[in-house]
Amino acid sequence: MTKVNVYVTLRESVVDPQGIAAQEALQTLGFNEVESVRIGRLIELELAGTDSEIETRVKEMCDKLLVNKVIEDYSFEIGEVAGK
Amino acid sequence: MRFAVLSFPGSSCDVDMYHALLDIVGVGAEIVSHQDADLNNFDAVVIPTGASYGDYLRPGALAQSSKSIDSLKAFADSGKPVLGVGNGFQILVEAGILPGAFLRNKGLKFRSGNAKLAVQNTTSTFTSIYEQGQQITLPFAHEYGNYYVDADTATQLKEQNCIVFTYEDGNPDGSVEKIAGVLNEQGNVLGMMPLPERAVEEIIGGTDGLPLFRSILKNWSEKNDNHA
Repeated sequence: MTKVNVYVTLRESVVDPQGIAAQEALQTLGFNEVESVRIGRLIELELAGTDSEIETRVKEMCDKLLVNKVIEDYSFEIGEVAGK
Repeated sequence: MRFAVLSFPGSSCDVDMYHALLDIVGVGAEIVSHQDADLNNFDAVVIPTGASYGDYLRPGALAQSSKSIDSLKAFADSGKPVLGVGNGFQILVEAGILPGAFLRNKGLKFRSGNAKLAVQNTTSTFTSIYEQGQQITLPFAHEYGNYYVDADTATQLKEQNCIVFTYEDGNPDGSVEKIAGVLNEQGNVLGMMPLPERAVEEIIGGTDGLPLFRSILKNWSEKNDNHA
């Protein structure tokens, strides 16, 4: 079994109100060095297959359902699941 | 004329829509389960609001896993009217039947109330009874009503006269171009975040939604008479 972490983020061109609110809160708390906050989503998958099969299938999953490419970008990492 | 009210797991306003169509507008209507995907016997499809699939992942996204989406796409391609309101609009967008995507409301909060809208297009099947520029009031209730399209698509929507309703008293969600309702290029699919089925009787606070349903009926009747 292989673990895949899919990271979904809003595209750069899309305003992220959650990120802006979090950035303002961080600054209020004194973290003035923070110039930008973007909030995304982590999707953890566990699935079987060779790495190249997994890469192809995960791309399909992202394009079909997990990601809305009008507003979101994605990247993913393929790694082992400990103990499985 | 027979309407299908397409109901997904979690759709909570299918009965409101059914009541509006059957009891108030006076057309044939049936609540159709998303699993029972045969839409061939219907003249129009309405997708009601109400957090299908719990709004998980993105509102409207998981509805794509239902086989009814293929039937819905075929129905929309056939040129018959399809109306998606609230979550129904989100489902149409996620399915790629309408352009764009939904973001969380600009203020990050669930919002509800009455929205003042302007009718921007009275040539559509859905709005021919309204007057150009008419201001109407319809209820809304959503957290992800911030309609987004990129700048090129927004220009295209304007040029093709696809923007049907805009918000008039501010912009409760932050939608691009104050869009509250948008048509597909062919003009037979309308998605809108405000809820016309909640404005069809004085007892529930207004009737500004009624001309929308009556427009669909009127246009269908005229077309049918022509064929006869």
